[in-house]
Amino acid sequence: MASSSNDAPHYYVPHQTIWPFMMSVGLTGLVLGFIHYLNGDSGTFLMLAGAGLLIYTLFRWFGEVISESEGRQYGKWEDGSFRLGMSWFIFSEVMFFAAFFGALFYARTLSVPWLGGAGEEAETHNLLWNTYQAIWPTNGPADVGGEFEAMPAWGLPAINTLLLLSSGATVTWAHHALKANNRQHLIYGLAATVGLGFLFVILQAVEYSHAYHEMNLTLHSGIYGSTFYMLTGFHGMHVTLGAIILTVVLFRAIKGHFTPQNHFAFEAAAWYWHFVDVVWLGLFIFVYWL
Amino acid sequence: MNAQAVQHADHDHHDHGPAKGWMRWLTTTNHKDIGTLYLWFSLLMFFVGGTMALVIRAELFQPGLQLVQPEFFNQMTTMHALVMIFLAVMPAFVGLANWMIPLMIGAPDMALPRMNNWSFWILPFASTMLISTLFVDGGAPAGGWTMYPPLVLQTGAAFPMLIFSVHLLGISSIMGSINIIATIMNLRAPGMTYMKMPLFVWTWFITAYLLIATMPVLAGAVTMLLTDKYFGTSFFNAAGGGDPVMFQHIFWFFGHPEVYILILPAFGIVSQIIPTFARKPLFGYSSMVYATASIAFLSFIVWAHHMFTVGMPVAAEVFFMMATMLIAVPTGVKVFNWVSTMWKGAMTFETPMLFAIGFVVMFSIGGFSGLMLAIAPADFQYHDTYFVVAHFHYVLVPGAVFAIMASVYYWLPKWCGHMYDEKLGQIHFWLSAIFVNVLFFPQHFIGLAGMPRRIPDYAVQFADFNMISSIGAFGFGFSQLMFAYIVIKAVRGGKQATDQVWEGAQGLEWTLSSPPPYHSFSVQPHIK
Amino acid sequence: MKRKHIAGALVAALLSPLSAWADWGMNMPRGVTELSEEIYGLHMAAFWVCVVIGVVVFGAMFYSILKHRKSLGVKPATFHESTTVEIIWTVIPVIILVSLAIPAAQALVKMEDSSNSELTIQVTGHQWKWQYEYPEQGIKFMSVLGSKSREASALGSGIAPGSVEHYLLEVDNPVVVPVGKKVRFLFTSNDVIHSWWVPDLAVKKDAIPGFINDMWVKVEKPGTYRGQCTELCGKDHGFMPINVVAMDDAGFQAWVDEQKAAAAAAADDSNRVWTQDELMAKGETIYKSTCAACHQASGAGIPGAFPALTGSAITTGDLKGHVDIVLHGKAGTAMQAFSSQLSDADIAAVVTYERNALGNSVGDMAQPADIKAMR
Ligand code: HEA
Ligand code: HEA
Ligand code: HEC
Ligand code: CUA
Ligand SMILES: [Cu+2]
Repeated sequence: MASSSNDAPHYYVPHQTIWPFMMSVGLTGLVLGFIHYLNGDSGTFLMLAGAGLLIYTLFRWFGEVISESEGRQYGKWEDGSFRLGMSWFIFSEVMFFAAFFGALFYARTLSVPWLGGAGEEAETHNLLWNTYQAIWPTNGPADVGGEFEAMPAWGLPAINTLLLLSSGATVTWAHHALKANNRQHLIYGLAATVGLGFLFVILQAVEYSHAYHEMNLTLHSGIYGSTFYMLTGFHGMHVTLGAIILTVVLFRAIKGHFTPQNHFAFEAAAWYWHFVDVVWLGLFIFVYWL
Repeated sequence: MNAQAVQHADHDHHDHGPAKGWMRWLTTTNHKDIGTLYLWFSLLMFFVGGTMALVIRAELFQPGLQLVQPEFFNQMTTMHALVMIFLAVMPAFVGLANWMIPLMIGAPDMALPRMNNWSFWILPFASTMLISTLFVDGGAPAGGWTMYPPLVLQTGAAFPMLIFSVHLLGISSIMGSINIIATIMNLRAPGMTYMKMPLFVWTWFITAYLLIATMPVLAGAVTMLLTDKYFGTSFFNAAGGGDPVMFQHIFWFFGHPEVYILILPAFGIVSQIIPTFARKPLFGYSSMVYATASIAFLSFIVWAHHMFTVGMPVAAEVFFMMATMLIAVPTGVKVFNWVSTMWKGAMTFETPMLFAIGFVVMFSIGGFSGLMLAIAPADFQYHDTYFVVAHFHYVLVPGAVFAIMASVYYWLPKWCGHMYDEKLGQIHFWLSAIFVNVLFFPQHFIGLAGMPRRIPDYAVQFADFNMISSIGAFGFGFSQLMFAYIVIKAVRGGKQATDQVWEGAQGLEWTLSSPPPYHSFSVQPHIK
Repeated sequence: MKRKHIAGALVAALLSPLSAWADWGMNMPRGVTELSEEIYGLHMAAFWVCVVIGVVVFGAMFYSILKHRKSLGVKPATFHESTTVEIIWTVIPVIILVSLAIPAAQALVKMEDSSNSELTIQVTGHQWKWQYEYPEQGIKFMSVLGSKSREASALGSGIAPGSVEHYLLEVDNPVVVPVGKKVRFLFTSNDVIHSWWVPDLAVKKDAIPGFINDMWVKVEKPGTYRGQCTELCGKDHGFMPINVVAMDDAGFQAWVDEQKAAAAAAADDSNRVWTQDELMAKGETIYKSTCAACHQASGAGIPGAFPALTGSAITTGDLKGHVDIVLHGKAGTAMQAFSSQLSDADIAAVVTYERNALGNSVGDMAQPADIKAMR
């Protein structure tokens, strides 16, 4: 038999809200604008309007969540949902990256060697791509995009690796500070992390510019260029997003939010940051180094 | 599950009932409202996708082009599949999850109610974007729901709309699944251990995991299509070192688990219904759970059975063949368990039970043809013929769709508090069951005899069976108007349903009033 | 006892029409190669396994439905698990499956072994036709849907498909193979993925742009074998059939000689000067067989997908630009490069035709020599 008791915990179910709907409107506007642009029409206005609405909505939506959080509406139970939500979201992101890593591995271990005549594909090479030498990095048998240089690992990318690894350390520092209720160090740690993050993005932009202008390494550079920019670009977007999230957390920390016991937003941002970090290690090894 | 909740007074600390008017539906954070939205949306899309199917079947009624041009036919095939899968069947299951999971595990709502609203409210936008491709320059996507390059890259202005609607639908499914997982893991009533959860909850738990693991992969695949078309990348272009077949690998890494996403919740539904009407506990509860998990695991390592003809190395073909055949084992366990549940029960045959039995038989027929397809050398003959079309419609229509209908008949009295018209329900079942076989059974023969799929016109020797199939399609389609009628009639009124509704029903949802209070289980029951 | 009867009756009921269906061609064809027979055997084995399992499982289920119903006053039992039966019904299917998988794997290995072939034919898919090349014999030609089928299939044609022999399964130029020899097919594509399938030969292989797939056949019986493209390849996917004619050695040799003579004549065509009328006549046939699928017989195109040639800036503009797009196509669109498919004379003819028919009247013409110069 089941019984009910009145001292049981109560789960916080929020009021009605228009923000999710507005998010969809904003997102749809943004995407439609982009679609117009891709189809050769002008979609700038729609894109900007959509993005504007999206950002405004995010502010309002998260604003609501933050004030509920600061108003102590959430307890352990709600916290559990947030943690699960964030972890599974990160898992979905892992799988997103897996698709692109999969493309890289497939190209390197299967399609490029096949085009070069490996395995059972001898005829592919003999009849179609006779002069092609399958050596990674490659822009394919038709020399798509023209001759290019591959991005070496031990220049900017290595520096970027250092930056991201240290930012992982600084965010942990901030976390320890938060748990010890040392607000000063919390803010320093966060600020350092945000700074390192944006610095990473800037260096990445420098690297891209160098690749485009001096190395003729572009999105058009066959499969090497495709996988290189897709993976690093997608990662760069995630770093940017992570840095923005950390910035919000930083401002909240400055405003005195979070307690040593209760700071899920901080932790979520930190998880996300570590995830971005780990992906970068994969990138560094498989895209730049090996 | 011998738990009963004593939950009548609604301890609502927030005093928010539903908002008034249509704003209620835009702004709701209530799992029941959102479930209802999903379900109506899905029914609407079922008719849209079905209408497209009827265009296909009308064109195939006779050889020779009768009604539409080939390119429009291909658009219909493509859109029919996308609409049915992404806008009809998946949202129906999510709607059921929204309505039932909190009720079945004694949760106050879904774990992340605002995000829940967002998951739904992406759908109308994404689907409008997808369906409106029918009206743009060059028409709707016509490269098949599988979107293989390079063909799909020839799509006109619809191309980016296709890609971004897939992205949006993906976001919706991922958010929805995260919510379901968080709800199940975090909001179960005290004492509701994992191995006490109703099977519908279990199957959704695993389905949600499949969704989170595969929808992002699909998103990645279509992103690469987008950059190949507009930004000069060479992922799927041999000249640049890529490979068109690479897309197929990535797509089917999503696509195969996707077909189990379309069937696992159906397994769950049937596992709820059969014990109720057999008045006997489900046979082999724990093996059902393990079988579901095994199917989910195997679904990740069989994808290339859709690609036996692309010219893979022999070793890969043998591996994928054997892994695929293995799925018959856990699926068989499920079928045997259902039969054993019925065995020596005291059965009655109300509409939900009829649909559930129809499911077991006809899903298995589809499973059998799936097993035949798995045999790689034979698949060289079956592949891309109507034999495949027959296979997947058997698992999808009298499989997934019948299960959804069974669940609607089963839970509708709980949702709206009125009984549906049992006599009409029975007629609906028999018409559906007969016509669905007239529709899809002959397709096995035309496939074996050599008719390829995705063609608007065919050689005259296939004419007779195509005509029969088309007659079946119209019969089946119009029978579904009855379903809409029965549901609407029950929602508007009818005999008051009891809390228990069905004599043999077990589980927390039946301890609530019919319809349940707007906020149920604000105080969780304890399960012993 | 009774259950056995029902099962027996069911099997018999299923059996009798099945043999009848085989005659109507409603089962998988046995085909004309050793491998096609083997595949047929696998197919039937799997089919019977499924039938037997189905009969047993649903037999039990329907028995239960008949006997264990509440209206008969049955009291429900309460059992809900049994490890023993669960193990049994896990192990037995595994055994059945393994015994199906082993012969299947053996067949696969045989099918994929195309070594020691005696003739090679390269097949290239195009939207929407097949190109066959015999590299050792120096033969190369296109194969498209027969014109009778094409006319009859058009929307509102008024021609009954039944009145066309081998409706949709006839081509202008069939591919010819010798009987009793191991013939190796190489597949690739010029544009999108196609798939080459002839049921009687039990070959289905995708033609993938940029890659070569292979497959072999050894046809045992002379005859004409018909198939179709089986990978969705755009608008006319349903209209790119395949005909394989298997001949004895002498017949095959005669065919090869004939093809060589025809090729020589075509080469001559490209070396002489043509009159406008000759060009227009030849241009019309080529336009109908090669271009009309997209640009339509009238030249009106299909808005949004294929541009109209009537009054288009290119077909009424500079001759060079017109020849250029036909020769080299337009990358990233369905407009393919025809330089490898059509001879100089063909291209001169079709360009001249497009400029002076389809509602255009530019008045100029192209000569094969002009085309040669632009290649
Ligand atoms: C709900 C969706 C669903 C489900 C559940 C399945 C289930 C299965 N499918 Fe199917 N399939 C599709 C949807 C689905 N499929 C779709 C949509 C396509 C086409 C996609 C496209 O190209 O557009 C497809 C295509 C498809 C192919 C590719 C065909 C081709 O294109 O050439 C193959 C090949 O192996 C296959 C195999 C299987 C197998 C082995 C199962 C197994 O899971 C079936 C297991 C069940 C049983 C076997 C029956 C019950 C078991 C017993 C009673 C026990 C005893 C039985 C034995 C020992 C035999 N499917
Ligand atoms: C869940 C998925 C699902 C469902 C439910 C269905 C349901 C149906 N499908 Fe389909 N189908 C697919 C998934 C599905 N299908 C997929 C994945 C493909 C492959 C696509 C590809 O090749 O890319 C496919 C392809 C496909 C083909 C092959 C097309 C081709 O190869 O060219 C055919 C042909 O007969 C077909 C028919 C049908 C029919 C008759 C139904 C019927 O069950 C539909 C019944 C429902 C109705 C008919 C609705 C009732 C409507 C009315 C009565 C009209 C009233 C109108 C208004 C009120 C506006 N489907
Ligand atoms: C598979 C479809 C297809 C076939 C077959 C085809 N074309 Fe085209 N054609 C196209 C498409 C698509 C375009 C538009 C290309 C673009 O976007 O500029 C085009 C463009 C053209 C143009 C330029 C028209 C303009 O105004 O832009 C000419 C001329 C042309 N084709 C001639 C031919 C000839 C001659 C043949 C036959 C030998 C032929 N085409 C066969 C698809 C096809
Ligand atoms: Cu070529 Cu289909
Ligand atoms: Cu599959």
